[in-house]
Amino acid sequence: MHNKLSPFLKGVLVVGFLFLYIPIVSLIVYSFNESKLVTVWGGFSTKWYASLFANEQIMAAVKLSIEIALASALAAVVLGTIAGFVLARFKRFPGSTLFAGMMTAPMVMPEVITGLSMLLLFISMQQLVGVPSERGFITIWVGHTTLCMAYVAVVVRSRLLEIDQSLEDAAMDLGARPLKIFFVITLPLVSQAIASGFLLSVTLSLDDLVTTAFLSGPGSTTLPQVIFSKVRLGLNPEINALASITVLVVGVVVLLANYLMLNAQRNRDKAIAAAMRESGAHS
Amino acid sequence: MNLARLMRRLKPGKGAVIAVPFFWLLLFFLVPFFIVLKISFAEQDLAIPPFTSLLQVEDGVLQSLTLYFGNFHFIFTDGLYAATYLSSLKVAFFTTVMCLLLGYPIAYAIARADPARRNVLLMLVMLPFWTSFLLRVYAWMGLLNETGLINNFLLSIGLISEPLHLFHNDFSLYLVMVYAYLPFMILPLFSHLVKMDMRLLEAAADLGAGPIKAFLTITLPLSKNGIIAGSMMVFIPAVGEFVIPELVGGTDTLMIGKVLWNEFFDNNNWPMASAVAIIMVLMLIVPIALLHRYETRELEGKGNA
Repeated sequence: MHNKLSPFLKGVLVVGFLFLYIPIVSLIVYSFNESKLVTVWGGFSTKWYASLFANEQIMAAVKLSIEIALASALAAVVLGTIAGFVLARFKRFPGSTLFAGMMTAPMVMPEVITGLSMLLLFISMQQLVGVPSERGFITIWVGHTTLCMAYVAVVVRSRLLEIDQSLEDAAMDLGARPLKIFFVITLPLVSQAIASGFLLSVTLSLDDLVTTAFLSGPGSTTLPQVIFSKVRLGLNPEINALASITVLVVGVVVLLANYLMLNAQRNRDKAIAAAMRESGAHS
Repeated sequence: MNLARLMRRLKPGKGAVIAVPFFWLLLFFLVPFFIVLKISFAEQDLAIPPFTSLLQVEDGVLQSLTLYFGNFHFIFTDGLYAATYLSSLKVAFFTTVMCLLLGYPIAYAIARADPARRNVLLMLVMLPFWTSFLLRVYAWMGLLNETGLINNFLLSIGLISEPLHLFHNDFSLYLVMVYAYLPFMILPLFSHLVKMDMRLLEAAADLGAGPIKAFLTITLPLSKNGIIAGSMMVFIPAVGEFVIPELVGGTDTLMIGKVLWNEFFDNNNWPMASAVAIIMVLMLIVPIALLHRYETRELEGKGNA
């Protein structure tokens, strides 16, 4: 059924992947450059990695960014899973169009707009109710959560639409309460989607510059903000080292997650096939 | 929307489940737009926060309401803003077209690849998307610079005798825009193309259609929803892009995202930034509605065969 790819399509893939990967590879290669001039090769060296880890400003930003990313991803997974469930299972309810629209828009809305609007909300809230008292961790966390929950909702919703609703219906017929069905049947079925949603949220939060710039205050400088202020002035070998570590970590995590998920999928398929054989033998 | 009636019509448990994400989004996504709208009618002021208040309230009684139309008047009469909006739309449009031209064949090739290899190929497309956007833009700074890797390479093999101007112009802007947004085009296209019933193409071949005719009359129309979704996923955020024009665009590159950023951070003119945002939102409502419509259709399985 699936023929071999034609030479044209193979060529397309090669060119496409070269385009995607040449910048990343060059970034990594030149992170081991001795010379301070990033693009002039001066011999092999790991000194930029040493100076990266010695850079207190960058390390403090890394720590803050990771904290915000984990906190946002957790909240986004809870809110996004509920939202995805609502979109997939309730379908029509008063306000459903508005709800679905509010789920789509944050993913594509230019961040200068979302960032500005959330900031103005927090300023107004501060004037009216005195909370939040300052910009920082909490305001960034709210911003990132709102952004990430939309992605989680999309992933969870498409998984829920894929899986068979008859399991939930069967549990309902057997008298299980809706909340119990959700936790015992639905949640395990979408656990992979939730895991990908969590990973996606972490990376989105770690990477966010524009929304963060509006929502951060003095003393809450995240990693992308530090990177941005540095690369605005030109190339910087420490940033190359940082980028290489990022690529390595992301690569390992994504490959590992993918492997685990494929494995889990295979095991589940096997279990389902075995159960089918079993029930076939009994009937 | 009458909230009390809404709640009565829902079962209490169901209502509570919907309410949590609903009110989060209402408060942190929708309400802020109305605040932006409100502040776009204020005037810049030397105060904290730096804008005038529209409402004068004394002893709990509304004294007056002052709407300042100066921001919008300025945007509409000052030619630079109009030129910037047009330029942003142009950049977003051509970025979208180029992403489509490059992304379609890639998505098509992955969808037609051996299923065992498909996952690997798809992951290779996703991997750059997972790594930092900012760092990927930075990577191009090292390649395109006057003394960058591309110029160094071309000089060293003697193809050119002087460095090419690849950086801080329209070329670098479009190149990096396409690079950054390409995965957003490939993924929706792929998910449509992979679901396509290949027997349709076989039938077309049996009936004597050549591969080009079969592509134009079957594959292309069937992937229409994917094309629209992918295009909107690229176009909408591209209109307001800030980082790419700031880091690799030319000094004369007009992008509205940059203008909004400068009004806010450099000029401290929050009302003007708000007015700029409001007009941008108005421009993006139709594309967002399009995206939403095709996304919903796709998920409900009505769109594709």
